[in-house]
Amino acid sequence: MTRQPFILRNPSVLVVLALLAAFTLAVTLMSTAYGSGALPTSTVKVLGKTLCLALAAVAMDLVWGYLGILSLGQMAFFALGGYMIGQWLMYARTEAIVAASLSGNPIPPTVQELREAVANQIFGVVGSADLPLVWTLAHSLTAQLVLVVAVPGLLALVFGWLAFRSRVNGVYLSILTQAMTLALALWLFQNDSGFRGNNGLSGLQNIPGLDGVGQARLSVWFLWASAAALALFYVLAAWVVGGKFGSVIRAIRDDETRVRFLGYPVEGFKLAVFTLAAMITAIAGALYYPQAGIINPAELMPIASIYLAVWVAIGGRGRLYGAMIGAIVVSLLSSWFTGGRAPDLNLPGYAVKWVDWWQVALGLSFVLVTLFAPKGIAGIFDRLAGILPPRRHGRDLGPDQGALQEQEAKA
Amino acid sequence: MTCRLIALLLNLFLALPAAANPALEAVIADNLDQIERPSRRTVEPVVARIAATGPEGMALLSAWAGRSLGLADGRLVIVTGDGATDAVTGQAVTGADPKMLRPNAGVRGVIESALVAGEIASPDRARRAAALASIARDGTAEHLAALRAAAPEPDPALAARRARIEKLLTIRFDADPAARVTAIQDMAGDVGLDFRAALNPLLATRRVASADEPQGANIARELRVGSDDFPREAAIALLTAQGLVQPRLTAADQRNALAAHIVDGRVGGVSVAELSDPQARDRAYEALEGAGTVPPAATEAETEAALAGIRFFDVYAEPEAAVTDAARAAQRGAEWRLGAMKGIDLGLDALSLASIYFLAAIGLAITFGVMRVINMAHGEFIMMGAYTGYVAQTLIADRTLSLVAALPLAFAVTFAAGVVLYRLVIRHLAHRPLETLLATFGVSIALQQLAKNIFGTQARPLTAPAWLEGAITVNDVVSISTIRVAIFVLALLFLGLFLFIMKRTRLGLEVRAVTQNPGMAASMGINPDRIAMMTFGLGSGIAGIAGVAIGLFAQVTSELGQQYIVQSFMTVVVGGVGNIWGTLAGAGLIGVLSKVIESFNPSNTLAAQTFMILFIVIFIQFRPRGIIPQRGRAAEA
Repeated sequence: MTRQPFILRNPSVLVVLALLAAFTLAVTLMSTAYGSGALPTSTVKVLGKTLCLALAAVAMDLVWGYLGILSLGQMAFFALGGYMIGQWLMYARTEAIVAASLSGNPIPPTVQELREAVANQIFGVVGSADLPLVWTLAHSLTAQLVLVVAVPGLLALVFGWLAFRSRVNGVYLSILTQAMTLALALWLFQNDSGFRGNNGLSGLQNIPGLDGVGQARLSVWFLWASAAALALFYVLAAWVVGGKFGSVIRAIRDDETRVRFLGYPVEGFKLAVFTLAAMITAIAGALYYPQAGIINPAELMPIASIYLAVWVAIGGRGRLYGAMIGAIVVSLLSSWFTGGRAPDLNLPGYAVKWVDWWQVALGLSFVLVTLFAPKGIAGIFDRLAGILPPRRHGRDLGPDQGALQEQEAKA
Repeated sequence: MTCRLIALLLNLFLALPAAANPALEAVIADNLDQIERPSRRTVEPVVARIAATGPEGMALLSAWAGRSLGLADGRLVIVTGDGATDAVTGQAVTGADPKMLRPNAGVRGVIESALVAGEIASPDRARRAAALASIARDGTAEHLAALRAAAPEPDPALAARRARIEKLLTIRFDADPAARVTAIQDMAGDVGLDFRAALNPLLATRRVASADEPQGANIARELRVGSDDFPREAAIALLTAQGLVQPRLTAADQRNALAAHIVDGRVGGVSVAELSDPQARDRAYEALEGAGTVPPAATEAETEAALAGIRFFDVYAEPEAAVTDAARAAQRGAEWRLGAMKGIDLGLDALSLASIYFLAAIGLAITFGVMRVINMAHGEFIMMGAYTGYVAQTLIADRTLSLVAALPLAFAVTFAAGVVLYRLVIRHLAHRPLETLLATFGVSIALQQLAKNIFGTQARPLTAPAWLEGAITVNDVVSISTIRVAIFVLALLFLGLFLFIMKRTRLGLEVRAVTQNPGMAASMGINPDRIAMMTFGLGSGIAGIAGVAIGLFAQVTSELGQQYIVQSFMTVVVGGVGNIWGTLAGAGLIGVLSKVIESFNPSNTLAAQTFMILFIVIFIQFRPRGIIPQRGRAAEA
């Protein structure tokens, strides 16, 4: 039996790629650096960052929508990726600045002196002048790029192995992932953990060696890079969930025990997807933070990961484009409403200020989506494509899960 | 009428002190010279004689020590504000221009100890107590003599206190080493701060470097260079400070010296461009040394040679070996007992933390046990309870009354909120725990923002009534604040109440039935839906009461619940669900653990929390279902 080519089995991939290309082209043509200048540089940055968040959401959808693990620590990998690239950005830039200032001295500095001056510059804020061990490779871009995927990947591997082998699942696993990201955040908050405590890493928007380029052009470059990464990993994710592998992980989501009894190494499948998603998230983070300019441990607090889950849920789980749409729509709406630019809603007797009420609206709409539209925004596309859930109206005939319902019993 | 007359006369008599005190007058007349120009060595008998003359003498002494005694026309006058009185007769002196006496510190010391001796003998108990307190604050050798000479103390409490102060002063000031050793041994094992403070100066050491053992010195120990507590750098620094070796050349000094001697782009024959290499710098510096333009720096060999011939000692400032030995033994004993006391204090802290976690987690555990549902809005119910307490306090002025009102009120409010949440949301998501988790999270962010909109972002005070303030103090080390004791009692109360409901009421029976097997329970005529609703309400209500308790010692903000929610989850996960003893064990474990980890490094609470979470993640590896796992068919659900 011949299988259809990948693209024909997943026509949505083509649509997503085309839309993404059109979007990137449009933003480029409206940017100040390469086009009409209709979009200010800060907006281009926001759009670039949103693409990174969409990539993180795609990875989250892999883990949650397809594998059934509600990971509440996904943003830990995102931030770790950011920290890893941030180390190089900060070190290389500080080194350039320090070298420039030391070259004014009558005696040229030794390698040792240069290192000490850089360490002093970076860690002065936390009252230390030594370069911590974790910064050993910070001078090398290649090494830090490897670490961007290696560190979160290893963390996911170890954590996942520990959790999956002891058969922790469901709500327990969610709480455990939340604990993991909280522990990491608290550790990073310490001054002596070697990542500048709650100051975090800053000045990341200045790329060493590209001083003459300017933020206007850099922002477009990063938008391109983010769009390319999103396209690449979207295709990868679609390929992973599309084939036989995808069938197995969806089966694990629906009934883990049965898949195990059928002879599949469930832990291996879970571990592979969990680690892959962690690496993708880390890459998204490594692209996000140079556009944001600053990263600090608050980014790892569990709330960030829960928001990621909210985006995916609103966009629609189990549909990669759903996760993307959710992340883009909700994060853009959030920044619009909380940015104070949304007009007040004048109800009789009370003016609703969106800065104050957006969170309430988001929380409630989230409850409503969970209750009435479990498929989220992607459900609309399903409806258009004619994929409808079975009509299961009527009361349960029994109290247990999976009991037949009145309508089904009649049929 | 007669009475008033007598009272008036009495007042007059008291206002004018005895027209004259002949004894005082005689002493002053004999020793006016000494009083005018006192000397530390000879003034003592005079002071003693003045003190012996009675209240007037004491008044004179205190004025003398306070530099308000003056000499006018051969008479001593006490100057107060703008007036002056005769020191002997007590009569007002007008028109005099007294020459003020300014005794030096030594003389004032003598006078003050005489004053204290007088105060100790005072018939007024409060004054004796004050005198003892003043001696305890900064005692001197004179005080010791005064204490020993004083008449026995009639009040038993003060007598004990005086004996203790006398012993402490003996340790510090007695001339006889044997007496000091006895005093130290008497007090050994005491953990009082004053005793430890008295021992510390005895055990103070200084570092000495010399070729031989210092003669006649009380040596604490000999130091080995390069050991952990005496690294080589410390030895070199000590020798440098004593001028025994040349200071080593630091990199910065070398660089500055080189920079100061650049000639035509070269230093000592080495071109400046090459100086980014440390070895090139050394060559250049040696060249400069050879030319004599910079002072020679100590070489490694010189330093080594200097170190080789010298031994290092810690020497006690206290010369008497017997005293330091006894002091060290006493200090070791004190440290041991102090450690034990600290352990007890830590235990109390851990217990109170555990009861807070227990209160916060118990509601979560019930709902999770019965419905397999994690309520992410649980933290917000805690917050809601705390704000209810705050509102009750703004409505009812009396603190005790408002607290009494707040507890049931908070229960009612959060019970209602829980029931509403169950009816509107959770019921429709039955058997989908992850979706419930997310939906309740939506409720949680909405509630948090709502609280911010209503009460503002700044912290609201929830003040405890006066009888809950303060602390129960056992000694200098062991103490616990009353609020924490109250919370412990509250937690116990809830444990009891919960056990009663579960084991002795119809509702509890039905809850247990639904927990074990919902299908079978339904077949027996129990309505699982109603039971779930009631359990959810009960769990939320307890969260509200926990909120009031937490609000009493923490700031009430909209983020209050967030700070406890993760720990509450941990408590439930570690303890195991569906069992109150599991929750208790989980809360106990987490409370003790966080306090113990914190005690290793008290300044770094963040690290403590990190390690605790890591420990829990590992713990889950070995007991995936918690300390007390559910058994039977319910565990499979």
